[in-house]
Amino acid sequence: MTFTSKSTVTQVRYLDEDGNVVQPLPAWADDLDKLIEFYKNMVLVRTYDKKAIALQRTGQMGTYPSHLGAEAVGIGVGSAMAVDDVYVPYYRDMPTMMMRGATMTHNLLYWGGSERGSYFNRPDGQLSEDFPICVPIATQCTHATGVAGAFKLRGEKRVAVTAIGDGGTSKGDFLEALNCAGAWQLPCVFVINNNQWAISVPRAIQCGAPTLAQKAVGAGIPGVQVDGNDIVAVYDVMQKALERARSGKGATLVEAVSYRLSDHTTADDATRYRGSDEVNAAWKREPVKRLRQYLHNQGVWNEDKEVAWQNECNQKVQAAVDEYLALGKEPPESMFDYHFESLSEPLAGQREEMIAKAMRMQGGHNG
Amino acid sequence: MAKVCLIEAVNMALHHEMARDENVVCLGEDIGTNGGVFRATVGLKDKFGFKRVMDTPLAEGLIGGLSVGMASQGLRPVAEFQFQGFIFPAMEQIICQAARMRSRTRGRLTLPLVYRAPFGGFIHAPEHHSESVEALFAHVPGLRVVIPSSPARAYGLLLAAIRSNDPVMFFEPKRIYRTVKHEVEDNGVALPLDVAFILKPGTDITLVSWGASVNETLIAAEKLADEGISAEVIDLATIKPLDIDTILKSVRKTGRLCIVHEAAKSFGVGAEIAAQVSEQALWELKAPIGRVTGYDVTMPYYQNEKYYQIHPEDILLGVKKVMEQSA
Repeated sequence: MTFTSKSTVTQVRYLDEDGNVVQPLPAWADDLDKLIEFYKNMVLVRTYDKKAIALQRTGQMGTYPSHLGAEAVGIGVGSAMAVDDVYVPYYRDMPTMMMRGATMTHNLLYWGGSERGSYFNRPDGQLSEDFPICVPIATQCTHATGVAGAFKLRGEKRVAVTAIGDGGTSKGDFLEALNCAGAWQLPCVFVINNNQWAISVPRAIQCGAPTLAQKAVGAGIPGVQVDGNDIVAVYDVMQKALERARSGKGATLVEAVSYRLSDHTTADDATRYRGSDEVNAAWKREPVKRLRQYLHNQGVWNEDKEVAWQNECNQKVQAAVDEYLALGKEPPESMFDYHFESLSEPLAGQREEMIAKAMRMQGGHNG
Repeated sequence: MAKVCLIEAVNMALHHEMARDENVVCLGEDIGTNGGVFRATVGLKDKFGFKRVMDTPLAEGLIGGLSVGMASQGLRPVAEFQFQGFIFPAMEQIICQAARMRSRTRGRLTLPLVYRAPFGGFIHAPEHHSESVEALFAHVPGLRVVIPSSPARAYGLLLAAIRSNDPVMFFEPKRIYRTVKHEVEDNGVALPLDVAFILKPGTDITLVSWGASVNETLIAAEKLADEGISAEVIDLATIKPLDIDTILKSVRKTGRLCIVHEAAKSFGVGAEIAAQVSEQALWELKAPIGRVTGYDVTMPYYQNEKYYQIHPEDILLGVKKVMEQSA
């Protein structure tokens, strides 16, 4: 007996590197205000990224993973999701999280070493059900299947979306989650931010398959590759995957091909393992310039607007930094206060011990 | 009132809680039609349907993470690992995710989940089916570790574990799954977590144990009584958080302590109990603390497992050594 399975992966793209249209745009893209909004958010998170690195360099924040080059993936995914969907992020996901309600201040708090960064609301003011940033690789994918399983069980028209880097797709948890989502037809979308580098290991060494999207074949779900530097394509592919999940047709794997223009984190130096030619070439394909060029071509964006928006971004970022710095530190005993639903007696004793220690260390002042 | 064995009590508790709360779901390998390899989940799928009784793909890491995702949505997943020895692929999920979620989100996301696993040795099982590694989990902040020692304890503690809003590791001593039958009323009454139970009062020495070893400890206590030694027997039940107060109160009365556990000796739960008693009641002890435990070796295959196992005689010898060393 022979079983034949054919899979073809074609990259979806609407705008080329210079912002020219390569195929008719989807109807929703006639709304140029929407595209301007995408652009503004991409510039905002890029401005934020630069500032966050500066804060780390000046000792005002801990190790930070830059999302430079991934703006179209993050803003595209975050903009396509419904407010009551659930997002299960990985660590390089600030842009998506911002679109989902976690502010720049929250991101600063998280990388600045405070758990308050993971306590945030949705854009509509409700307490968010989105997951916190996930640092262990790929474990978040199985959480998304669990969330999607709960949606399916309760008959809710909601979708769980998770993201992962190209390196993470080598991990068992990613494959286990994908497999389960296929077997159970879960309302789940997996987004691979394929930025070509897992710290120092290039995509070619990560996996022998020509595309990461085709990992979906083994799970029995559609796999789509999209130009991750083209936000029109990212948003469009995400919309379709979300709609498919919402209508009960199951999961989709989306591979967004981008490039990590930055170091892995502020603790990394990418010049040790990759050449400048490659990085320079990647800068020619980057997402922000591409959309700006398209908006210029449409006559809805110009240098004056650009300067004005960049100034506004600088102000917004500075306001977030000011808020972060003004918030100060969380009381040290908070490490006990959220541990269990209620404090056990032995823990209550340790909490008192720790407060006494903190008072001692602070010269008699707690907080 | 029905007489049931431990595994039947687990099944009874699952039936009760799934009927009481529609948020309770069960998941694991072979738990649906097959009712689990030990039949803990038998009948659940017929009664509650495959949507709430889920056969998962064969992937323990997935089971760990699925439970996290489901619990984050207010479901109360009760996940079965077929054996404690198979739980290691899920350790990252349990330690890095389940145990930390409430704390890292400042209470925004909480995980009311239970991870169940049969554990312990001496049923002539193959390799990796006999481990007793409760100390690994007890060491992780954010997890409760609960081990029943009898059918009644299994029923009441499992109800409590499922109703807990924090993650619980629920380890079932499979050696006594079917060997002991007790009358257990299916009344939905949970036993308290975080509390140790005094099974037999005594005045000369305190014996602390948990899980299957409680049975040998009780046998030893009876034999000691024949020899004029009055032993107080404590079933720890919740390993973490540790009910040190009950132990201290007993030790202050008897002046002597012997800890009995199946797990390897070093760096284990027994060591923790000994350390806490030393910290808080050293000068009230009449003798050094004794431990009767498994060895610090890989659990042998079944031809030699009886030499690893703790028998009542071993406990008698351990207790007598403590008695002889008394000041």
